[in-house]
Amino acid sequence: MDQKQITAFGDALFDAMTTRSTIAPLTTQAPDISIDDAYLISRRFLERRLATGERVVGTKIGVTSKAVMTMLNVHQPDFGYLTDRMMFATGAEVPASQTLIAPRAEGEIAFILKKDLCGPGVTNADVIRATDFVMPCFEIVDSRITDWKIKIQDTVADNASCGVVVLGDKAVKPTAVDLSTCGIVVSLNGEIISTGAGAAALGSPVNCIAWLANTLGARGVTLKAGEVILSGSLVPLQPVKPGDNMHMTIGGVGQCSVRFT
Amino acid sequence: MTLDQATIAALAARLEEAEHKRAPLTKITDEYPHLDWDDAYAIQEAIRASKIKAGVRIAGLKCGLTSQAKMKQMNVTEPVFGFLCDYGAYPDGGEVPFDKFIAPRIEAEVAFVTHTELSGPGCHIAQVLAATEFVMPAVEILDSRYRDFKFDLISVVADNTSAAGFVTGGRARCIEELDLPTLGLVVEKNGRIVELAAAAAVLGHPATSVAMLANNLARRGQVIPAGSFIMTGGITAAIGIERGDAISVRFQDLGSVSLRFV
Repeated sequence: MDQKQITAFGDALFDAMTTRSTIAPLTTQAPDISIDDAYLISRRFLERRLATGERVVGTKIGVTSKAVMTMLNVHQPDFGYLTDRMMFATGAEVPASQTLIAPRAEGEIAFILKKDLCGPGVTNADVIRATDFVMPCFEIVDSRITDWKIKIQDTVADNASCGVVVLGDKAVKPTAVDLSTCGIVVSLNGEIISTGAGAAALGSPVNCIAWLANTLGARGVTLKAGEVILSGSLVPLQPVKPGDNMHMTIGGVGQCSVRFT
Repeated sequence: MTLDQATIAALAARLEEAEHKRAPLTKITDEYPHLDWDDAYAIQEAIRASKIKAGVRIAGLKCGLTSQAKMKQMNVTEPVFGFLCDYGAYPDGGEVPFDKFIAPRIEAEVAFVTHTELSGPGCHIAQVLAATEFVMPAVEILDSRYRDFKFDLISVVADNTSAAGFVTGGRARCIEELDLPTLGLVVEKNGRIVELAAAAAVLGHPATSVAMLANNLARRGQVIPAGSFIMTGGITAAIGIERGDAISVRFQDLGSVSLRFV
């Protein structure tokens, strides 16, 4: 894919986000699109956001569960960028009807780094050493692609389908909790809709962070101290609409709630 | 109650024989379509009495169908209850003879051990927590005595809620050290993750199962005696087992339980 087309797709995705409209899947518009092309489009999409004054505060990892991997027919995760404008705190109202298109909520664990992490060769132990603390969080994913008709290239180009992030109420040391077996309980409007455990994300959320550090390291990118990294959903995606309340608790980590308006 | 004592005894004997010979039956409601809950529990009681008479010791009590979603799907408002036999106990990390069962399945659960009697009606979660000595991680082995899993809930209750065996081990913990609803677990079959869940999948809190068991027993003039071992119901969906399968369940804060079907 040439630079002109990459720029055009990145701009189209940015325009779709700002106007709350959708575009046809890039994989139907340009069937030869590669995953590398898609990351370049994602970068262009991000540059447009940065030009409006947004700032990168971290990274999200997606496609970490077996179910989503099967759905997209890929066997590796992907990543997108988090900016300051995406971040909310527990108890927040997320103005879905004004800012999002087709939001879906995921419950996951966020890592906040105290040291830089740069692959290749990053192990689980390196991740735990570099992690200041972990927090419960909701990631509200959204798609600028019509009806979520995504293949892996579509979601990668669309900033890994990231919408907004709601960080939870507590921050705990990564050595204080078993991140593989910690349970998660998610409720929608007071009813428990799903439960799961940390191992849903590549066997452990720690594995996801190591994957990201090694993948970005191969591209010459370092995860920086202070960054927030979302490690991937532990439960199935839940479509949400204005008026919905969601709550989740992660055993030994904390809680998070969000209301959509 | 729709059945007379002789029919109850005959149906109990039929189900026991099916267990012993590993020869599955068609569900008993085919023959007795008007069977009600009282009949079903009476048949289960008759099986229990016959086992005790034969020298079997009752090792504990169990709850089944404890997921809110499954209860809604089956159009019932409370779980089903049964009992555990001493011969169904297998050691943690040990071997389970596959040929003892018809078509075994397993579920991961939290088991409660009590130090105080619990009685209904009106038993609630706080009383259960106060009566609990400790909790343990456990795996239940289910095996329906009905052919091809074709059954309804009334038939299942008569069949002692498909109870067939259990393994418990891991790390016993006092309940006040745990946040049970968010306690997570990971089930692996032959080294692959097959199920992930948190204990809130059991009625929001597994202690609720125990309270409902006490209230159900009260209707039958019984209590949960002090010192009881109680399996509170599957946190995960039941997992089908074939000969040679190795199961390992890792529980948050409770260690792990494993077994292997040989």
